Amino acid sequence: MEPKRLKIPLREGDVRALNVGDLVLLSGPVVSGRDRVHKFLFNERPGRESIPFDLSGGVLYHCGPIIRREDGGYRLIAAGPTTSQRVEIYEWWLIREYGLRGIMGKGGMGERTLRAMKESGCVYLHTIGGAAVYLAERIKRVVDGWMIEEFGAAEAMWLFEVEDFPAIVTMDARGGSLHRAVAEESRKRLVELLRPGGA
Amino acid sequence: MLKLKHGIVELYRKVATSLPPDVESALRKAYEEEYEGIAKEAMKTILDNIGLARERSRPICQDTGVPTFFVTLPRQVSQKELTRTILDATIEATEKVPLRPNAVDIITDRNSGNNTGRNFPLIYFEETDEHLLTVDLMLKGSGCENAGRLYRLPVEELNAQRDLDGVRKCVADAVFRAQGRGCPPYTLGVGIGAAKDQVTLLAKRQLLRRIGDRHEEDRISALEQRLVGELNRLGIGPMGFGGKTTVIDVKMDYNHRHPASYFVDVSVCCWANRRGRLVWG
Repeated sequence: MEPKRLKIPLREGDVRALNVGDLVLLSGPVVSGRDRVHKFLFNERPGRESIPFDLSGGVLYHCGPIIRREDGGYRLIAAGPTTSQRVEIYEWWLIREYGLRGIMGKGGMGERTLRAMKESGCVYLHTIGGAAVYLAERIKRVVDGWMIEEFGAAEAMWLFEVEDFPAIVTMDARGGSLHRAVAEESRKRLVELLRPGGA
Repeated sequence: MLKLKHGIVELYRKVATSLPPDVESALRKAYEEEYEGIAKEAMKTILDNIGLARERSRPICQDTGVPTFFVTLPRQVSQKELTRTILDATIEATEKVPLRPNAVDIITDRNSGNNTGRNFPLIYFEETDEHLLTVDLMLKGSGCENAGRLYRLPVEELNAQRDLDGVRKCVADAVFRAQGRGCPPYTLGVGIGAAKDQVTLLAKRQLLRRIGDRHEEDRISALEQRLVGELNRLGIGPMGFGGKTTVIDVKMDYNHRHPASYFVDVSVCCWANRRGRLVWG
């Protein structure tokens, strides 16, 4: 399948045209954020003006990288995705409040996030868990970081510049979810395995 | 101890940046057997990443986990001294490999920055009559650590009774609940026995075993083998994209239980099953 090339910031029309199973190659700025960033944004609710990066139309990457300070800048060593489900209780609000168009991570997310994606025009972009060197090589530059002291380098919000960064749409803005489909199918198989004596 | 420290730093580097050959060849087989589509693409990216990490000597996955040591030590070696050496090696490896600093203080929420802290890393000791010191290191990411589960048989909703078939059902349920969130294809460690703390450690220890080896007890060995086939019928597949290979192996062990207690722990390990051994003598 031919991947679709997308430039960030994403437009609502780009995002609504995507379907579960589409391969995409992203170029432009990507902002990272994981557990601490989500908890902070959701609880403290800082306005857009107090966050140094523009999240509107943006892609939020669930990633806690290995990153080194070098020559006045930062060098990325490894930067694969982290499990997205842990921020399920916060994500719907972030999508709505900050106008995010892409949530990128691994493992997929739940119904609340899926609903927010449909309402606001946002998709879930699945990257390959553990492919940390492969993905780090597709991040061209670390532009800046926020909350590095407070949250530590692994949990700070980083601004990356990516080029042809690969991902797979697994939750789309029409309410489709590969994760829901796989869970439903595997539930049927589980029921067979749980019959007395097994399958 | 200085030489040993250096040895442990190098062990960290090896375990963080490369996979054991048995794990890598199991992943290669999973790639070859997978259906065309995104599951096969995921396996291809995984294999490409393994190659890149080795070539560039960089960690395969950015989550270098809670470093977990299983040490077998001769009587004349001091546990205290060895613990100190492991801590020093951890600080050095965090800087040199590098590893991601993962030790976060519960009270202050501060990351210590060097992978040491209150009982961090994890170190388990066992004494041996041999003269060789053996250090096994496991770097298990926490995405899959979170996917593990503890069961107390019987479990009514699984129709799981207090027998090995009940154990089988718990393992199937654990994998179903994990779905793709812990980075499949998984290797599973299963521990059965009398107490919660005991089965959890027993389950994790199983992950040190080689892919494809089987338990010495026939009935356990048969159950391991059966589960590999059955779990792969769940269809969760690489990364949870749907596909043939959900698990590459299941490792199980047991202890005596109490008449009232029948605990089963399932430890889930991601495809990046990072382990290595240093023998010192």
